[in-house]
Amino acid sequence: MAKEVSPGVLALRKVVEDVYADAREAKKQGKLVGWSSSKFPCELAAAFDLDVMYPENQAAGIAANRDGEIMCQAAEDLGFDNDICGYARISLAYAAGKRASRKFDPETLEYVINPASGRPLKDENGKVVMGEDGKPKKDPKTMQPYTVLDDIHEIEALPETTEKEIAYKNFRREAIKPYRQMRMPQPDFVLCCNNICNCMTKWYENIARMCNVPLIMIDIPYNNTVEVHDTNVAYVRAQFDHAIKQLEELTGKKFDEKKFEEACANANRTASAWLRVCDYLQYKPAPYSGFDLFNHMADVVTARGRVQAAEAFEQLEKDLAEAVKVGKSTTPFPEKYRVMFEGIPCWPKLPNLFKPLKEHGVNVTAVVYAPAFGFVYNNMDEMVRAYYKAPNSVCIEQGVSWREGICKDNKVDGVLVHYNRSCKPWSGYMAEMQRRFTEDLGIPCAGFDGDQADPRNFNEAQYETRVQGLVEAMEANAENKEG
Amino acid sequence: MSIEVLLKEFAEISEHPRRQIQAFKAEGKKVVGVLPYYAPEELVYAAGMVPMGIWGSNKKTISMAKEYCATFYCTIAQLALEMLLDGTLDDLDGLITPTICDTLRPMSQNFRVAMKDKLPCIFLAHPQQRKPAFGIQFTMDQYQHVKGELEKISGNTITDEALREAIKVYNRSRAARREFVKLAGEHPDVISAVSRSAVLRSAWFMIKDDHTAKVEALNAELRALPPCDWKGKKILTSGIICDNPKLLQIFDDNQIAIAADDVAHESRMIRVDAAETGDPMMALAQQFADQDYDILLYDENSNQNRRADFVVKQIKDSGAQGLVLFMQQFCDPEEMEYPYLKKALDAAGIPHIKLGVDQQMRDFGQASTAIQAFADVL
Ligand code: SF4
Ligand code: SF4
Repeated sequence: MAKEVSPGVLALRKVVEDVYADAREAKKQGKLVGWSSSKFPCELAAAFDLDVMYPENQAAGIAANRDGEIMCQAAEDLGFDNDICGYARISLAYAAGKRASRKFDPETLEYVINPASGRPLKDENGKVVMGEDGKPKKDPKTMQPYTVLDDIHEIEALPETTEKEIAYKNFRREAIKPYRQMRMPQPDFVLCCNNICNCMTKWYENIARMCNVPLIMIDIPYNNTVEVHDTNVAYVRAQFDHAIKQLEELTGKKFDEKKFEEACANANRTASAWLRVCDYLQYKPAPYSGFDLFNHMADVVTARGRVQAAEAFEQLEKDLAEAVKVGKSTTPFPEKYRVMFEGIPCWPKLPNLFKPLKEHGVNVTAVVYAPAFGFVYNNMDEMVRAYYKAPNSVCIEQGVSWREGICKDNKVDGVLVHYNRSCKPWSGYMAEMQRRFTEDLGIPCAGFDGDQADPRNFNEAQYETRVQGLVEAMEANAENKEG
Repeated sequence: MSIEVLLKEFAEISEHPRRQIQAFKAEGKKVVGVLPYYAPEELVYAAGMVPMGIWGSNKKTISMAKEYCATFYCTIAQLALEMLLDGTLDDLDGLITPTICDTLRPMSQNFRVAMKDKLPCIFLAHPQQRKPAFGIQFTMDQYQHVKGELEKISGNTITDEALREAIKVYNRSRAARREFVKLAGEHPDVISAVSRSAVLRSAWFMIKDDHTAKVEALNAELRALPPCDWKGKKILTSGIICDNPKLLQIFDDNQIAIAADDVAHESRMIRVDAAETGDPMMALAQQFADQDYDILLYDENSNQNRRADFVVKQIKDSGAQGLVLFMQQFCDPEEMEYPYLKKALDAAGIPHIKLGVDQQMRDFGQASTAIQAFADVL
C-alpha cells in the first residue's frame, strides 16, 4: 500500500523541486548561481535575487539516491582522505565535475541494465512471480542501468565533428543520472558560513579554487557560553556588512532593503511554522514519524527565505491538526516507545535504520534539528545571534539544554545517538551529553556508529543490537515506573 | 658549550616535559598548559607564569579519554585529554584551549567538563577573518578575555610593559629558532633529524629566555662550522607534528636531512613576529592577522593556491629535493589541503610521499620501507 501523502508534504516537496528548477533555469539564462552552506544567512543573497544551491542538501540527496559511495570514492581518487566529512567529499567530487552516470553501450547508445537492480515482479494477485531458475523474477520497469562515474569536463572536451560523435556526446550528457541533485548547476560564486563546522571553511575554499569563483565568507567562531557576547555579535555583524558589499560588487546591484526584509519575514515565518510542525511530535501517539522531519529539513535549508516554504509548513500544520483530530498517524506501526534521534541520519541506510525501530514500535518523536533550525529574530543583531546558534557552534550546556528541552516536551523514553563518522564537531561531545541525558532525565541512551553519507561506515548488525539494547532498557525503565 | 653537550641537554628536556613542570613548580612558579594552535603564549609569560605546550604524547595510549571521545579524533587531542585525566598534567595551574579545528571545538568542552573543579580552562576562539579591522578587533577581544583569566590564575595584573617585554622575549626566541632551522638545514652532518626535533620541541617545555640562550649558543657554534658537503638527500617536512625520535631516526639512518619544514609544531608557529612598540594587545592581534599559508587558516584569496605555492617555494629555497608529508590520522584540515598541495608539487616536478602517522604508532616498519623507497627516487 502506498503511503498516504498529505497536501502539506506534497507542497514541501514541490518547494525544494522549484528551488533546484529555478537555479537550473537561471543558469540557462546566463544568470549567476551560487552554492551556499546550509546555515549561511540566505536573507543576504535573497536581497540580491540570487539563485542559490545547497551542497549539503545535495549531498544528502545523492547519498539517499545510493550514489554516496561512488562520489565519495571519486573524491578519494582526487586525493581527499576518506576521513573527511562525506558531504564534503560528495560535494568536492561534484564541484570537480564528477557525476554518477548510467552505463551505456557506446556503439548502440543503449543503457546496460544491471541484472541485480529492480524490484520483484508481482502478478495481479500481488504474488511474486518466480523465474525458471527458481528465483523471483524482476519487474523490468524497475530495473536500472549500472552506475558508472563520469566527468563533465571530459564530456565537454569530446570532439563533435561527425554525427556519430555528436550523438555519443549528447547521449553521454544525458546519461548523467537525472535526479535533481545530480543535475545541479556549477557555481559562479560560493557563500560559506562556518557556524556548523570549520570543515566548511576548507571545503568552500577548495570549491572556490576548483571552479575559480569568488568566495564570500561569514566566520562564526565556536562559542563557549550560552549567551552570545556583544563582541561576537559585532564581529559577525561587520561581516554581514562586508558580505553585502561583496555581493554588490558581484551582482552590480544595490542591496535591496525591501527584498531583504521580505526574506527575513519569510524566514521567520518558515521557522515558526517549522517549530509548530515539530511540536506535533509532542502528541502521544505522534501523528507522524520524526524521521519525516529529516526530509522536511530540505525546505528549511534550501527555501526558508521563500514564502512558499512558510506556506507549505503551514499547510502541513493544518494536515497534522486534522490528523490529530481524527486520531490518525502516518507512522506505519503502533507507537510503543518514543525516542530522540541524535544527529543526522545515515541517508544511504534509511530503510535499515527504520527497520528495527518499526519492529520494536519505536517512534522517533524528537530530532535535534527542531530547535536548531527554529530561530526567529526581529532585527539584524538578533539575526546575528540566531546564526551564532547553529547545531555545532554552541557550548555543551546550550546543546544539552536544547536536547533536554525537546526530550521533555516530546516525552521521549530514550535517546538513540548516531556517532557520525562524518561529523567531528557534532560527535565530539556526545559521550558527555549521553551521561547528562541519563542523569538529568533518567532515560537510557544507546549509541551506534554510522555515517550520514558514506554507507561503508555503517554496521547494521551493531545498529540492531544497540536498538535492541535501548528497547530493553526502556522496557525496564517503564516497568520500574509502574512497579 | 660544545654542540654535543647542547644537543644532549635539548634531548633531555624534550623527552621529559613532566620533569620540567615539576621543576618549575618546585621553584614556586605557576604553569599553564597551552594547547595548539596560535595561543598567545606571550600573555602567560607576561603574567609571570610558564606556558607549557601540550601536543599530545609519543608515549601514552588512549584509555581514559575514551570516556569522552569516539575513536575518530586525532591522537594529539585525545592524548592531551588522556594526560589531563591520568594525572600526568596534575601540576598545571591552568589550560588554554584554542578551537580552530573541528576536533578542538568539541574537545574544548570535554576539557572543561573533565577538568571541572580541578583546573581552570581558558577558552579561546580565533577568528578566521583575521585580517580586516573587525577581525583584528575580535582577536583583541578574545585575547582580552584570555588575559583576564590568566590574571585570575596568577594573581598578577598583566601590564602593557610586561607584555611588551614578553613580546620581545618571544620575538627573540622565534628569530633564534628560525635561524636554527636554517643552520640545521645547512649542517645535517652535525644536526641529525632527531636532534633537530629535540631543539625545536624543547621550546614548548622551557621558559623562552633559557631556551633562546641555548639555541643562540648552538647557532653560534653552527655558524662557525665549515660548509657541509652533504652526500645524502634533503627534504622538506610538512604536517602538524613529527617529533617521534624513532620515526625521525629512519631519516637519519637513510641519510635524509631535513632542509626546512612546514610543520605546525615547528616552523608554522614561529614565522611571524609581533610589533615591539605600540599597544601590545594590538600587536598580538596583528601578529595573528599576519599568519598565513597555514592549512588551519582561512585564505581570502582561496581561488588561488597560495599555500601550496608557498610550500613549493620553501622547497626550492631550502634546497630540498622532495617533501615528506606527515599526515596525522583524522586531521581533516590537513587532509582537505592535500589534493592542492599535491597538485602544486606535481606541477613543479617535486616528488613527495604522504606518511599516515599518529602518536600511538609504535612500529615504524612500514614507514621505514616507504621512506627508503622515497630516498631512492630523490
Ligand atoms: S557540520 Fe558535520 S556533517 Fe555538516 S558539513 Fe560539517 S562536518 Fe560535515
Ligand atoms: S591534528 Fe588536526 S585535527 Fe588534531 S587538533 Fe591538530 S588540526 Fe585539529
